[in-house]
Amino acid sequence: MTQPINQPVTPAIQQLQMQGIVKRFPGVLAVNQVDFEVRAGEIHALLGENGAGKSTLMKMLYGLYQPDAGRILLNGAPVNIRSPHDAIQQGIGMIHQHFMLVPSLTAAENVALGMRSSRGLVLDTDRVGAQLRELAARYNLKVDPDIPVWQLAVGEQQRVEILRALYRGAALLILDEPTAVLTPQEVDDLFRVLRQMTADGHALIFISHKLHEVLAISQRVTVLRDGQKVATIPTAGATRLKLAEMMVGRPVVLEYERQPVQRGAARLSLHEVSARNDRGHEGLRQVSLRLCSGEIVGVAGVSGNGQRELAQVIAGLRPITGGSIQVDGRPVTTADPAAINALGVSHIPEERMVDGVIKEFTVAENLVLQEHGHPRFTRAGLFMNFRRIGEACREAIKAYEIKTPGGDTPIKNLSGGNIQKLVLARELSRRPQVLIAAQPTRGVDIGATEYIHRRLLAERDRGTAILLISEDLDEILALSDRILVMYEGRIVGEIPREQVNIQQLGALMAGSSPARPGD
Amino acid sequence: MTSQPHRLAWATALLYRAQGILPLAIALLLALIVASALLLALNASPIEAYSSMLRGAFGTENATAETLVKAIPILFVAIGICIAFRGGVTNIGGEGQMIAGAVAGITVTLALAQAPGIVIIPAAIVAAFVVGALYGGIAGFLKAYFNVNEILSTIMLNQVAVQLMNFLLNGPLLDPAEAGANHIPKTARIAEAAELPRLSFVLPEAVAGIFGTADLFGRTRLHYGLVLAVLLAALTYILLWRTIIGYRIRAVGESERAARYAGIHVKRYMVLSMMLAGGFAGLAGIVQVLGLQYRLQTDGSPAGFTGSAGFNGIVAALFGGLNPLGAVPAAIFFGGLLVGAQKMQRDLEVSASLITAINGLIVVFVVSSQIFTRRITRRQQAALRERPPIPEEASA
Repeated sequence: MTQPINQPVTPAIQQLQMQGIVKRFPGVLAVNQVDFEVRAGEIHALLGENGAGKSTLMKMLYGLYQPDAGRILLNGAPVNIRSPHDAIQQGIGMIHQHFMLVPSLTAAENVALGMRSSRGLVLDTDRVGAQLRELAARYNLKVDPDIPVWQLAVGEQQRVEILRALYRGAALLILDEPTAVLTPQEVDDLFRVLRQMTADGHALIFISHKLHEVLAISQRVTVLRDGQKVATIPTAGATRLKLAEMMVGRPVVLEYERQPVQRGAARLSLHEVSARNDRGHEGLRQVSLRLCSGEIVGVAGVSGNGQRELAQVIAGLRPITGGSIQVDGRPVTTADPAAINALGVSHIPEERMVDGVIKEFTVAENLVLQEHGHPRFTRAGLFMNFRRIGEACREAIKAYEIKTPGGDTPIKNLSGGNIQKLVLARELSRRPQVLIAAQPTRGVDIGATEYIHRRLLAERDRGTAILLISEDLDEILALSDRILVMYEGRIVGEIPREQVNIQQLGALMAGSSPARPGD
Repeated sequence: MTSQPHRLAWATALLYRAQGILPLAIALLLALIVASALLLALNASPIEAYSSMLRGAFGTENATAETLVKAIPILFVAIGICIAFRGGVTNIGGEGQMIAGAVAGITVTLALAQAPGIVIIPAAIVAAFVVGALYGGIAGFLKAYFNVNEILSTIMLNQVAVQLMNFLLNGPLLDPAEAGANHIPKTARIAEAAELPRLSFVLPEAVAGIFGTADLFGRTRLHYGLVLAVLLAALTYILLWRTIIGYRIRAVGESERAARYAGIHVKRYMVLSMMLAGGFAGLAGIVQVLGLQYRLQTDGSPAGFTGSAGFNGIVAALFGGLNPLGAVPAAIFFGGLLVGAQKMQRDLEVSASLITAINGLIVVFVVSSQIFTRRITRRQQAALRERPPIPEEASA
């Protein structure tokens, strides 16, 4: 079987329409009467909060779900897409948020896998490799097809995914939050590739909730909210504020008013702290930092550069292999989580569903996760005092605007934003001296994000020392008084708020020293 | 304002319960259908077989009493299993822990033979609980501190306990009256004062007519072990869901990482869950001795003393939804199954192995229905997660 890959691609999709699409899940109307259209040569952004129905809509286009009503028209003719295989046959490709690559295989092998080979059971890796090189050259997608995927950086893996889709003849490409794992420079590279593809006549659907990226790359934007389409508008003329309002359904604030920083005494200090990561490799290398009362210190970096380990060593959840940690001048290097807690350190963990809450427990039970043994919540030092816990829970639900049927509901039934509000309520109710906030708004909708940000700023003004670890640069920039950049387990730079420069920040995150601009 | 969501939560909880019982009923039905095929293959009528089974289990006063007697050790073990499984440790060592408890308990009972019952019985029960707990604790300790799989270690410790019992019953604990070359391995009989009293219910005259007796279970082997077991089931329910220790046990069982984050000493609570499970199995052992057999004796096989209650207790716990209160009817159900099967075997003159096969089928279907239920719930949750903010709408 020869692929028409050697000729310049002439995408066969001029127009794709989805009309009156409806998708129900048990008890939920996930997508309700949505119309959507994308044409050759355009990038159409699909914008919406978590749970707005973006992914569900696109999974129907890619054949992963079947719509309950509505139809899909390809170049004006109705098509029935029953599986991803059908979708690929029709020229529709999808780049998922989590890459679907076999780490131990090379890029060429990954692409050849699942294709019919001219040699029966043996993969056509050399031919595929050669064709991939051609494709990579045309779109300026720098990838060596012969290196095992696990050795590639995240951005490179994404390029392999795109190459694979192109190789399979995708004329329409769905990109599901493609920038979530990239550094600013990699985002720029990706955008160049996407523009080249539209110039070649590809149709692209760009799923995102990052407003500035949508504004930068797309020609049209469709906004979904609660499973329904709000509107499709041309990107030219749209503003961040307008898009955010459409997404949330009410006016939102993107910039916060902030008090001037009132830096107080040092609350937390790390001195040359090293620790292993889960694989047993060096995850943290001689990290030193000082966190003072009344300031928010942001830790920026691409995922997996030691941020997770940093939060865990401070919270006492990961043993350190060198260095020392002090809270309020007291050494806590070998203290356990309960002891560190007792010194006034609160921790909003990165993986809230694994570390931060117990899914099967109720909202109320989760609210007292650390304080379940505190005299306030117990009787005779033996029994849980569920009356008191219930009272505290009702207060927290009210004060933190947590949407739940009640304190007795299993927490797994709550949305991500509401679970995070509960974690926040729990961690702030202890009036911490130090707050470690790891990815506090990941997977949280705009409304809840705004709420959490305001709370963090209020906490800072109250005098709490806050370490904000986030992969969301916008969040870091919006909240931090100082920014530390982590790369390969080290802190490679510190930038005060007043001197922030995105280019410099991006360079640090990518591991290149800003001192050598030639890199 | 608050009562409305409360009522909703109750309705949801009820619905969940109903959802839990339906697969159980289907599993039971399927098991009975497959067993019918086996019975037909042996030229036995399934209808006759099952009705004989039912009569055998609950048909007479004595049958019901025997069912309850069989249920007692199963219930003790099941209570412990509820704690272990809720605490995230898979205890398959009920058999061994039962034996350990029984050996310790009978040793104390025989040593205190001259003391009054009020001293002997509590002392024997405490000894059985402690030694059962220590025996279970071995596996818990190995799991918590050396990452030894507790399923493997408890199964192996079952064998160790059986051999230890065989050794003791043939030597140090052997009934002096039995000494000789062809002795039966058993201890001396316990003092009468050490026997658990028989349990019966004096009925008012109005009701007595219905049961045909004024002293229900008066002439049966039913003993006070049942009261102790049901009482402890209720206390264990309180332990798991109302106390700090229970909160920690369940937290460790649901998520080790979250428990660590909460400042709970995960390893200690793992050992504790296992010890409590072992302790309850130990009670199963000593109550068999003090309430029923009045001595410890064995045919040398693992089930010779325990009657496989150490394993049946696991199934009963699962059947009861890992809730000690649910374990009470579940244990009675399995007790009835065992007793009813004996009658069916006599009535239909089918081979004993068929009975074992039917029991096995029920266990297989019931356990797989649990997995099935769990998978359904997981799929429902996955579908819901496609669109997280449902609860808001539900509450609105």
